[in-house]
Amino acid sequence: MIPEIGTLALILALLLAVVQGLLPLWGAQRGNATWMAVARPAAFGQFTFVLIAYLCLVYAFLTDDFSVINVASNSYSNLPAFFKVTATWGSHEGSLLFWSLILAVWTIAVATFSRSLPEEVVSRVLGVMGLISVGFLSLLLITSSPFLRQFPAAAEGSDLNPLLQDWGMIIHPPMLYMGYVGFAVAFAFAVAALLSGRLDAAWARWSRPWATVAWAFLTLGVALGSWWAYRELGWGGWWFWDPVENASFMPWLAGTALIHSLAVAEKRGAFKAWTVLLALTTFSLSLLGTFLVRSGVLSSVHAFAVDPQRGAYILGFMLVVVGGSLALFAWRAPRMVAGGAFTAFSRESMLLANNVMMVASVAAVLLGTLYPLFIDALGLGKLSVGPPYFNAVFVPLITPALFLMGVGPLMRWKGDSVPDVVLRLKWALAIAMATGLLLPLTLEGYKPWAVLGLGLSAWIALTVWVAFRERVKSKEQFFNLPRAFWGMHLAHLGLAVGVAGITMVVNYEQEMDVRMNVGDQAQMAGYTLTFMGTENYSGPNYEATRGTVIVSKGDVEQFRLYPAKRIYNRSGSVMTEASVRPSLFSDLYVSLGEPLNAEGTTWAVRLYYKPFINWLWLGSFLMVVGGLLAASDRRYRIGAKARAPADAQASAAQGV
Amino acid sequence: MKSRYKKLSLIAVALAGLGGATMLVLNAFQSNLVFFFSPTEVYQGKAPVDRVFRVGGLVLEGSVKREPDGLTTSFVVTDTARTIPAVYTGILPDLFAEGKGVVADGKLGSDGLFVANRVLAKHDENYMPPEAALALEQAKEAGKTLKPY
Repeated sequence: MIPEIGTLALILALLLAVVQGLLPLWGAQRGNATWMAVARPAAFGQFTFVLIAYLCLVYAFLTDDFSVINVASNSYSNLPAFFKVTATWGSHEGSLLFWSLILAVWTIAVATFSRSLPEEVVSRVLGVMGLISVGFLSLLLITSSPFLRQFPAAAEGSDLNPLLQDWGMIIHPPMLYMGYVGFAVAFAFAVAALLSGRLDAAWARWSRPWATVAWAFLTLGVALGSWWAYRELGWGGWWFWDPVENASFMPWLAGTALIHSLAVAEKRGAFKAWTVLLALTTFSLSLLGTFLVRSGVLSSVHAFAVDPQRGAYILGFMLVVVGGSLALFAWRAPRMVAGGAFTAFSRESMLLANNVMMVASVAAVLLGTLYPLFIDALGLGKLSVGPPYFNAVFVPLITPALFLMGVGPLMRWKGDSVPDVVLRLKWALAIAMATGLLLPLTLEGYKPWAVLGLGLSAWIALTVWVAFRERVKSKEQFFNLPRAFWGMHLAHLGLAVGVAGITMVVNYEQEMDVRMNVGDQAQMAGYTLTFMGTENYSGPNYEATRGTVIVSKGDVEQFRLYPAKRIYNRSGSVMTEASVRPSLFSDLYVSLGEPLNAEGTTWAVRLYYKPFINWLWLGSFLMVVGGLLAASDRRYRIGAKARAPADAQASAAQGV
Repeated sequence: MKSRYKKLSLIAVALAGLGGATMLVLNAFQSNLVFFFSPTEVYQGKAPVDRVFRVGGLVLEGSVKREPDGLTTSFVVTDTARTIPAVYTGILPDLFAEGKGVVADGKLGSDGLFVANRVLAKHDENYMPPEAALALEQAKEAGKTLKPY
């Protein structure tokens, strides 16, 4: 009964989405206030029904209703309850429903926080979001209903993929989806502006906090995905340039370009057409990510059974969104007027450079990700693009961007003088270069990449410090800094921390595969690791073999690690559970390979020393906090009606 | 600066960026494409020498052997028509097993031994890597016209 209520709720949500997608848009075009007024109630109604549908699915999972195919293939009666809840987004169908739910959440957020916006704008934005929702809800109902039944019901479920039974998985997909879908808001604002033909500073100001919040969530989602891969896949990697990772990284890069070009659009009224294009691109890449991951064209942990019908539907939907929005852009963009002028050495030009490099990175990643798919689709054979390609392309593209990131925030809008900026930054530059050149001397091996990475990281951090020093002359000023200022510099500092972490872990990590008998010792990074043998135990839905490794320094025991091997009862899948000892400056990471003798006393053991790896997540976290702070800046909260340019000029002079 | 001048310089910057990026991309792309070959194609000598390529198929039953060092494993990849001996040093993915699908990247030695530097993990017990599935399918197609050996 409950699953049928879920289906019914989905159908009602779809009907409301159709209403929300058509009437307000039409009303806004005609200036019909009654039709425009439909937008908000329809959005809230749609949210209610999608939520009901989602709760029905949660209920089916929690009550082990194995007559529901989706539950039977993704759950198991002995699965711990919170994994049953997370299993709702572990499958193709469930994750699409979850996507729709998050879209509905963003929609009501827009409906709620847009009271001060002109009715026409809100109607158009909600209308466009309604249309996107129509696309996803009909995909759910036509090809991917999570509520399909089977008779007779399965006696037992076939368990959730063991890799997804990790608490990193509880938060990674929701955060990633919040990011993906959040860019739908920026997309909707862009389309609304194109429809109305009015692209002004007000438009940029309205969409900027939404884009920034979406970007913050996406940052968190990508970082959590990487953290999960590091802990759960058992071989200590945190980024593989896997197509699925790229699928989330491309919208992140485009979104990064977007939030920066929105800054120019808001403050200076320039780059407007370009910004709109980026908003369209970012959301299109989010859709592409969904398509790549959910259609089964990629082989990875995220890909489920290949279903050409679904793939074709998502591809068709994407073509409509991308093609439609680009056509609209081509039709409307020529009407837009150019914004304020600026010189080649100004904050605008720095942000332009950021955009060029971000977009070039997107293009490079896109090529490496899609080329194998095209070749395969054309029947020209199977090939893959190795991670070295991405590294070779990405590092040179991002290096100048990181350098300019230090200069840009300190430059004036419109134009700045070169000697002046050099004078302000000469100490930062000198200290950064000294750091890059000297710091690796204290490390194991002097590596050019370490010089570059640490130097750039120090450079960004130092320029943030310069920015604060120039801005803050008194204690009161420090506490009265606008949140946008804090946000931007915190996020930049976060990237500096992340770059330092990446540089350290890539250049100075140690890895050893060793054969260990009970009592055998291995040396790594100044530690002695002693293998104490294994013992067996039972988990709720698995049997495990757990090894004990004593880590000591000299003769003093420091801590113990317990790497394990799990065999899941239902599926028979084997999972390596790595044991990690995290600390601010390095991780020790041990995972069990396989037993090398029949008695199980000798094991292949993999040992890793990962210096500064936690700086990666720490840096990402700072970026997220920075993004959220910037988006909560006071100027977005007070009446956001279109203001006099003088106001924008005033805040531009403050440099945020 | 004049507006036309500004536009020109913008376009110049953008073009320079794009040109540089394109060069980088094509250079790196060329040298990092990993092509896939089935055991039959390797047998026919289609696979490159001294270049990393990818091979896929099933791990032949009874072929997995551990070397005395404990960390080197030799196994045979088959597409049911032809076989290719392979060796890998390191810890194999959890789902590596005899009779199951496998995909490996590596180089072919002059002695015909495939030295894998990466054995790809499957993430799901029932999931067959597309490359492995393709190799089997090709072999099946070929088997219709060829006599089994």
